Amino acid sequence: MVERTVHIADPVGLHARVANGLVQLAQGLPAEITLHAGEKRANAKSILSLLMLDLGQGSQVLLRAEGPDEAAALDAAADYLATARE
Amino acid sequence: MRHMIQAIAAADGIAIGPALVLRQQEITLDRTPIPPIAAQWELDRFTGAVSSARRHLEGKLSAAQQATGRERAELVAVHLSILQDPLLEETIVRHIRDGGKNALCAIADGTQELVALFQALSDPYLRQRADDVGDVGRRILEHAAGVARVELNHLPADCILVARDLSPAETVSLDLGHTLGLVTELGGRTSHTAILARSLGLPAVVGAPDLLHRAEDGALLILDGGSGIVILDPTLQQLEQYRREQALRAQQRQTLDALHDLPAQLLGGPQIQLCANIASPAEVPAALQHGAEGVGLFRTEFLFMDANHLPTEEEQFSTYRAVAEGMGRHRPVTIRTLDVGGDKALPYFPMPKEENPFLGWRAIRICLDRPEILRTQLRAILRASAFGHLRVLYPMIISLDEVLAANALLNQCAQALRQENQPFDPELEVGVLVETPSAVLLADVLAAHVDFFSIGTNDLCQYILAVDRGNPYVAKLYDPLHPAVLRAIHAVVDAAHRAGRWVGVCGELGGDPQAVSLLAGLGVDGLSMAAPAIPQVKARLRDLSMADALALAQAALAAPDLAQVRRLLADT
Repeated sequence: MVERTVHIADPVGLHARVANGLVQLAQGLPAEITLHAGEKRANAKSILSLLMLDLGQGSQVLLRAEGPDEAAALDAAADYLATARE
Repeated sequence: MRHMIQAIAAADGIAIGPALVLRQQEITLDRTPIPPIAAQWELDRFTGAVSSARRHLEGKLSAAQQATGRERAELVAVHLSILQDPLLEETIVRHIRDGGKNALCAIADGTQELVALFQALSDPYLRQRADDVGDVGRRILEHAAGVARVELNHLPADCILVARDLSPAETVSLDLGHTLGLVTELGGRTSHTAILARSLGLPAVVGAPDLLHRAEDGALLILDGGSGIVILDPTLQQLEQYRREQALRAQQRQTLDALHDLPAQLLGGPQIQLCANIASPAEVPAALQHGAEGVGLFRTEFLFMDANHLPTEEEQFSTYRAVAEGMGRHRPVTIRTLDVGGDKALPYFPMPKEENPFLGWRAIRICLDRPEILRTQLRAILRASAFGHLRVLYPMIISLDEVLAANALLNQCAQALRQENQPFDPELEVGVLVETPSAVLLADVLAAHVDFFSIGTNDLCQYILAVDRGNPYVAKLYDPLHPAVLRAIHAVVDAAHRAGRWVGVCGELGGDPQAVSLLAGLGVDGLSMAAPAIPQVKARLRDLSMADALALAQAALAAPDLAQVRRLLADT
């Protein structure tokens, strides 16, 4: 299992379009990717759980990847969140 | 059930056809608990509904991807993801297995559970996504119950749409090939539906209470948009009468259409530029069809209102470019910068609750306090200016410093684009929408810093006469032919021409064939109106001599009251 704290680059936070992009990305990766913010946890393949993390402007989130090719999966997800914009 | 309803006239025209009633289908839920052996059957029913809904949404997605609406395609893509979300499935399955509910109840309750979670989020934009969850849940329910939903952008046949209300998004996506007319329970003459219906030339009646109870799906309706009349299940006599009227108007339209390529030139006088007021690229074809020489007012609010986030530069650019290209290099398009306020709230942009929204934080005031918003819009306009002939119009100006501040921002944006090597029209013209008494009185000062004026007679009339036209107690006092308003128009035209600037009228007055002789006599250079009004205005102007127009204007300016102005117009 690998993890990294990432800063969500989009100034509006994690909104629907960007979340959907992450879902599409996660569905193509073999590892399980989860996001953790405070008490809340989200499955990167579930757009609803991503949105319910309630990540607004300037958020940080703990990204975790577990399973085959987890390091590459973590990098892909982290890069996506670092650059994606609504 | 035979019935004649007198409601509010929203858009002129007669429509005769079958009603398509947009009613939210009632799906009755049987709350009898299911025995455990039935659970699998209910689960299958649920997964079957999801597959069916998925196929439907995938079809919508590819249709949206082929059309110009990138925005719409992305919305459908998000709905597809929600539809297939493991959390959604888990929730509904739990209601079936543990809750002992049948598929329909489980879908309804499971959706409601998730909607409630979204409504509890702190971010207002994310809270609004509850609507999307609800919409997807509703869709699954409809597929499970075998109930069809009407897709407005693809209607099965010619019909008159009957609804409680139509959102801006729905009105813009209407299948115009099959929509004969619109009638809604809610709305007023200045509501979004009414304005759009007018510019599309679609007969419309609004404010018809209790309509959905009385109208039958498929039954014949007569709609008289100009009088606000709706006739349910008409008699043969009524049908004949209205069919004759329809034919007469079609003939009149043909005569007017013959004027399409002719200029709005007065007899022995100047030519006046006739343009269309639009609110979206969808209205460009109608504008061209009616002979518009340009767009005198492109209201950009729909971009901001029909969205769940502040429109990005790219989104705005692609819309402005579409209009610029659609109208062509020889037809100027005047884009008004963001003009929202307390009365036209944006869900993702918190606006204060104001006692007096019309005297409040709106339009250019918001833009100058939040320059990032204006900057994004100006950059989009500048970039789009390379593809046609664009002009920028600042709304609600009261002082010179507002014009200077906005112009400074515009120059900064131009500078930045130059450094980024992005092309734009260096001759992009800038104008002030004269709609406040302050702008009227300072017209000479403002004229030195802009290229043109556009007079917004609707709001100007409200501010000058201190009347809210939406207030039923005083609405009768609102009249742009009031001598005070005419004198204001005269003062603005005078100041503009002294400074060598172009001046047009873009309020409703500009499209009123009765008033145009007066406006021509006042020396206005252009008129912008709902596209269907152009031919009649043109016919009127071509039949008018400059000498008569001048005499009429002079007499109207000397008139002591409205009654006298109306008498003068009646005599022409």
